[in-house]
Amino acid sequence: MSNANFTEHPCGAEVLIRCLEQEGVEYIFGLSGGAAIPIFDALVDSSIKLILVRHEQGATHMADGYARATGKPGVVLVTSGPGATNTVTGMLTAQMDSSPMIVITGQTLTTNLGKDAFQEADVTGITYPIVKHSTLVRDANQIPRVVREAFHLANTGRPGPVLIDVPKDVSEMPCTAPLEAEIDLPGYRIPGRADSLDLDAAADLIRGSRRPVLYVGNGAVISGAGKAVMELAEKLRAPLVNTLLGKGATDETHPLHLGMLGMHGTAYANKAVTNCDLIMAIGARWDDRITGKVEAFCVDAAKIHVDIDAAEFNKVIQPDVCLHGDARLVIEDLISRVEPLDTAEWLATCQGWRDRYPLKYPKKGGLRAQHVLDRLDHLTEGNAIITSDVGQHQMWAAQFCRTRSNRYWITSGGAGTMGFGFPAAIGAKFAHPDKEVWAVVGDGGFQMTLSELATAAVHKVAVKVLIINNNFLGMVRQWQELFWENRLSGVDLEGNPDFVKLAEAYGIKGIRIRRPGDVDRKLQEARDHDGPVVVVAEVSKEDNVFPMIPAGAPLADMIIEPPRERLEKPSGST
Amino acid sequence: MAAPETLAPPEREIHTLSLYVTNKPGVLVRVALVFARRGYNIESLVVSPAALGDFSRMTITCSGEPGTLVQMIKQLSKLVDVVHATDHTGDSSYETEIALVKVEAHLDARTEILQIAETFNAKVVDYGSDSLVLRVYGSSTKLDAFIGLLRPLGLLELVRSGKILMARGLDET
Repeated sequence: MSNANFTEHPCGAEVLIRCLEQEGVEYIFGLSGGAAIPIFDALVDSSIKLILVRHEQGATHMADGYARATGKPGVVLVTSGPGATNTVTGMLTAQMDSSPMIVITGQTLTTNLGKDAFQEADVTGITYPIVKHSTLVRDANQIPRVVREAFHLANTGRPGPVLIDVPKDVSEMPCTAPLEAEIDLPGYRIPGRADSLDLDAAADLIRGSRRPVLYVGNGAVISGAGKAVMELAEKLRAPLVNTLLGKGATDETHPLHLGMLGMHGTAYANKAVTNCDLIMAIGARWDDRITGKVEAFCVDAAKIHVDIDAAEFNKVIQPDVCLHGDARLVIEDLISRVEPLDTAEWLATCQGWRDRYPLKYPKKGGLRAQHVLDRLDHLTEGNAIITSDVGQHQMWAAQFCRTRSNRYWITSGGAGTMGFGFPAAIGAKFAHPDKEVWAVVGDGGFQMTLSELATAAVHKVAVKVLIINNNFLGMVRQWQELFWENRLSGVDLEGNPDFVKLAEAYGIKGIRIRRPGDVDRKLQEARDHDGPVVVVAEVSKEDNVFPMIPAGAPLADMIIEPPRERLEKPSGST
Repeated sequence: MAAPETLAPPEREIHTLSLYVTNKPGVLVRVALVFARRGYNIESLVVSPAALGDFSRMTITCSGEPGTLVQMIKQLSKLVDVVHATDHTGDSSYETEIALVKVEAHLDARTEILQIAETFNAKVVDYGSDSLVLRVYGSSTKLDAFIGLLRPLGLLELVRSGKILMARGLDET
């Protein structure tokens, strides 16, 4: 295309990059390709730093990790076709966990659209169900508005991923539109404060409670509601529990905090939820990992649901009061409406459960994942950002690494995306180069995105990778052992590489832990190393995560200790 | 909450929704996906320009489980391109629909067909030696009745526009 007549106007790609600069973007995580060359070309002259990844999925999780560590959208740039489809898992992950992300995909020429052109994929069509919004840009003059809207949508209300698909000729076309564009989204509203009558109704319900529980989720993390939630908990003298994604919204070491609830939550958190007379969800959505069998969940307890997304109300649970708004604003408005409750007996009961059913693991029989993670928690004292992958190690990390501050725990919850943890840690480390960042991963998930070791090495990203290596897809093996007569199928990771040598092949320091007595020293060695490290903990192969509530079972059926008899197959989905 | 022991097949209800949407490419797909994912069946769908140029109006009749409908309307409202989604089922909105009906019209049946047409205020828009095309409009139940009477006489083709509706007075559709 000739732009001879338009030389005074920048092309679409240049305007796109200017717009990203205007939005304050520091990093783009990306992988180049034919249809995106004009955009990569425009990046050459930009202040934005391009982090070249080794696989597009890695780019999405890095952007996600960056977003969850900062609260700012992470930005991904890839090419068309397979480049675009490789971002699908990352977008699902971000959508399920309400993480703000902008994914920019190159696309074939507008004149080729729909003709099965080389590296053409209908990426907007493929991703409709897993994005907050998406736009195929057909005219370079739309770019400033589309980018403004994308950032606005990604990071307001309930955040999520937004896709911008840019055909190559649109990137090359001169753009005459001003960079300052007006947002035009008449169908989009951002909830703020809750209705005051609803707040009064919630306060009335709370007034009658003697056994309240605050159930804190990702919405509290996103809105920064932690301080207000803790103030409410202290004023009411109510215990707190949090979801997997709610970790860090409030300090898990606080005396009122009972840790994580749900399928692999602490026994005392689940006992509190089972026996409460009022449960208040704060930015949490009664997920099936939390409720177990819905019909048996908190049947006699009053329920209050705080959510910014009205579509979450009455989806799983029928609450008595719904408070629609931003979690922080809602809780701040609620605090002045409530009075301290008489919960002395209730708190003593919860303390009794805490004393009677602590998290524990066998101290004998070789190296235990729980021991390694328990020590990591003690050594880092909550001052490290911890990301996790998905599986047994994730649950153990959630149990033993107590999160003290907001945005210090990053994991794939809703989607349960293996391969997430390591690239997410790289993204978090780019966001906070001065903070210690650990990626706790399993040997299975790590191998799905380990090619990003090159990215970490090249950029000297000093992430500490802790591989909990049991040479199994351990969580599935656990299910097969407990519920499927130990008929192991598709879980043995025979053929695993030597992860220490693998790290070294990338020029990254590798450390191996074999003996319980070496844990502290080797973890400290990794902490002291100035650069990326891979620590491989060769743990006991067949440990199981407890407590456990079989999928679809009521919370009361929680298995606290390894069972002696064979168990029924769970009725829940996974 | 529904009792867990109710194992009878869930009843299906017919609903009429009106959606006010921005005129952006892909909005129809986004809307259709909300229905498809939740097992709702779209019986008819009419998309037309709204009074303001940048917007369109969708009138959708659909059937499915009543419990799912409320959730679905929320999911529709959540779509960035949907300005509002309203369930007009059972309210006082004015509704109408048009049908074109092609019937066999041999001499012996022709008089009866024309009598039925007259009763239903239908207009003959194509008069052939072997067939008639009739245009009828009115409520969907009226159209059902009309078509039901013609069916035994030799219904050849049927095209229905799908229901459209508008709220009365100054109420917003």
